[in-house]
Amino acid sequence: MPKFTLRINKKTHRIDIDADTPLLWVLRDELGYTGTKYGCGRGLCGACTIHVDGEATRSCMTAVDNVDGAEITTIEGLSIDNSHPIQKSWISEEVSQCGYCQPGQIMTAAALLDRNADPDDEDIDSAMKMNLCRCGTYDRIRKAIHLAAKEQK
Amino acid sequence: MSQGYSRRDFLKVSSVAGAGLIIGVVLPYKHRLVAAGLVDQTFDPNVWISIHPDNTITIFAAKSEMGQHIRTSLPMIVAEELEADWSQVRVAQADAHPDKYGSQGTGGSGSIRRSFTRLRKAGAAGREMLIQAAANKWNVSPKNCRAESGTVIHLSTGNSFTFGELVETASELQVPENPVLKNPKDFKLIGNAMPGLDTPSRVSGAAIFGVDVQVPDMVYATVLRCPTFGGKIKSFNRKKAMKINGVLDVYEIDEGVAVVGKNTWAVIKGQRALEPKWDHGDFLSWDSTRIKNMMEEKSTGKAVIAREDGDLTSLNGDEKIEVQYEVPFTSHATMEPMNCVAHVKKNSCEIWAPTQSPQRVQTTAANALGIDTKDVIVHITMLGGGFGRRLWADFVTDAIQVSQKSKKPVKLMWTREDDMGHDFFRPTSIHKLSATLSNQHELTSWTHRVIAPSISGQMAPERFKDGQLDRSAVNGASNIPYDISNVLVDYIMANTRVPVGWWRSVYNSQNAFANEGFIDELAQKSGIDPYQFRLNLLKNAPRHLGVLRLAAEKANWGKKMAKRQGMGIALHESFGSWAAHVIEVTVTKKGELSIDKIVAAVDCGLVVNPDGVKAQMESAIVYGLTSALKGLITIEKGAVAQSNFHEFELLRIDEMPEVEVYIVKSAEPPGGAGEPGLPPVAPAVTNAIFAAIGKRIRSLPIKLKDLKV
Repeated sequence: MPKFTLRINKKTHRIDIDADTPLLWVLRDELGYTGTKYGCGRGLCGACTIHVDGEATRSCMTAVDNVDGAEITTIEGLSIDNSHPIQKSWISEEVSQCGYCQPGQIMTAAALLDRNADPDDEDIDSAMKMNLCRCGTYDRIRKAIHLAAKEQK
Repeated sequence: MSQGYSRRDFLKVSSVAGAGLIIGVVLPYKHRLVAAGLVDQTFDPNVWISIHPDNTITIFAAKSEMGQHIRTSLPMIVAEELEADWSQVRVAQADAHPDKYGSQGTGGSGSIRRSFTRLRKAGAAGREMLIQAAANKWNVSPKNCRAESGTVIHLSTGNSFTFGELVETASELQVPENPVLKNPKDFKLIGNAMPGLDTPSRVSGAAIFGVDVQVPDMVYATVLRCPTFGGKIKSFNRKKAMKINGVLDVYEIDEGVAVVGKNTWAVIKGQRALEPKWDHGDFLSWDSTRIKNMMEEKSTGKAVIAREDGDLTSLNGDEKIEVQYEVPFTSHATMEPMNCVAHVKKNSCEIWAPTQSPQRVQTTAANALGIDTKDVIVHITMLGGGFGRRLWADFVTDAIQVSQKSKKPVKLMWTREDDMGHDFFRPTSIHKLSATLSNQHELTSWTHRVIAPSISGQMAPERFKDGQLDRSAVNGASNIPYDISNVLVDYIMANTRVPVGWWRSVYNSQNAFANEGFIDELAQKSGIDPYQFRLNLLKNAPRHLGVLRLAAEKANWGKKMAKRQGMGIALHESFGSWAAHVIEVTVTKKGELSIDKIVAAVDCGLVVNPDGVKAQMESAIVYGLTSALKGLITIEKGAVAQSNFHEFELLRIDEMPEVEVYIVKSAEPPGGAGEPGLPPVAPAVTNAIFAAIGKRIRSLPIKLKDLKV
């Protein structure tokens, strides 16, 4: 089996696995980063969103051989103590309900804030609209992103 | 206490052990408090609260956490009466144990309303024992002592003990049978928006859902089911699936073909390689149209009466209006697909499941394995959504069968496609309504015939036979609140092979759509404002009136709307609570609909955690909007036509309206919060569309309608 070198949350992992394995399953099954979730397996829901070289990326649609050597960040690596501005605002706005989609929401929102320090509602909608939440936390997601942007200033 | 321990035995154990105070409730329905002592190998008291020498307090949640923040609200109730320091309160998830906790089923918006008093009593008993313990230590009267913030204070001297310092003494005391509950006006926690105890773990990614459970030596598995309901596997390409790297085994189980492997990706690929041939069975010839035709045919047959007031034959001369409302199947589509980790051992079984019904899981496993329920340990994980889907245990059966056959612990994973194709769907329904209006625009009669598959009829066909009344199916129809002299509500069971189940708010979602849409039509026929029309008919329904008025006032009902914009109103009572929504919409010339704003009012009695109630209302509104606007399940060739989120669409953030939630201040006993916000959503939207463009919508979802006017 092919060997890959994965840089995840600033740690290096050597892994032997089929080249077509989606990064999602490498993270979850092989490396124990279970914060990244499976929701659809087809890039339709965003629950599996992580950062690859800083870009919000669907890990269910990203084969492991495409990210050999890339800098990968999962929810576990966003901060070690919920201190990322998005995590802080997520807590103060009590965004989460069941919480299952939230790691994906948070990773998408963090990437948005990285490239746009002061997003308006339209920016938020356009960045976040591919992340589904069945509990319907959308209104609070918007508020939390605005709050994080404000706090960051 | 029921298993051979008298109170005396019990106290002996506790006084020997002496390192903590545990207070429990035996068999909740007896409403009897017992006990105190330490858990040990031979004695297992009915734990609700345990107060530790280090001052921390663990409160066991015997309900499942699926986003309703129940693991925060239930501890708040106990901590309130106990006078605990909230920062010292921890929550632990109770394993399945019917003797200890009674029903752990989490549904019917019932977690708070069904345990409120019991939890208060348990907390109050603890408080009284701790106070008595301190009084004994100081040799003073307990009347001179007060509990506050995790301590007991002696009022005249100001001396104090922490709870932890008192547990040993307290554990030797008798538990008071009738502790005095606090006066609600002295509540410090209840009524305040408390931060969720589980919030940090949900934001850090540390929260453990069913799919996240890892046990040593575990294998992974999927099960491919026949897409056609009732179909069976004829043949499959085992050889091809076995060739996939990481696939360990492929075999048939009751419900389909299991692929077992070293990781999830291997078993997904294995499933795709199966090349199944199905014996589809006789449901293959069914589709949504045929189901609808069957229901229409049945609709003129014999109905069973659910409510009959007055006399419908005496209304000749009044204008009669007849309409039909229709609601389709829809899916729960929890973000976390069904899954279960099971480890079948020699004469026992251990299960980790995201379940709303721990005891159904336990009995399912016990029956499948022919073992005693006490030998089935069920750990309840976080649930990635529930909405009623996880009251079933079909995914547990899969996991047990695979673990048994493979002789290993197994993580059984449904793919999204498996999940969408094999839900227990919200039943489709047809509603035939009629009403008469006198020349004075008085509503003189109302009839509502509900034609729908019966969930109970499918579950227990011997008890709920065709032709019988399923009371659940007329929930929200038979209890319409409007003051009408002549009312007839009846029901016709119309079962199909499509699995049906409890979907958030159950039959209230269909019946409220019919009621509140039709009442709007009658207002329009009468030339009376729909809000006023309802007010006139609710003179004897104060709590309906309360939410209706609150929503209307906050939404500024009757304000001037721009062209092609409209405001709709609807209300409904369910699960012990009342909700009313005012929804504003815009419909463009091209027929594009946008939901602009929702103002919601809820009366759910005394509120434990206001932010939790608000969040549940927001959530029910979005869930209701999804099903009103788009979430549609159709049947083709006896199977579900939708496979994933590109076909079964959920509401997205860019379609999310502004939502305002107002809570009626009330001292009445708590009502439900998770579901009552849902039923009024669809009719408030369709009523708003009518107000905007004059088009009446009587079937869902709205996305299938042409709104070009």
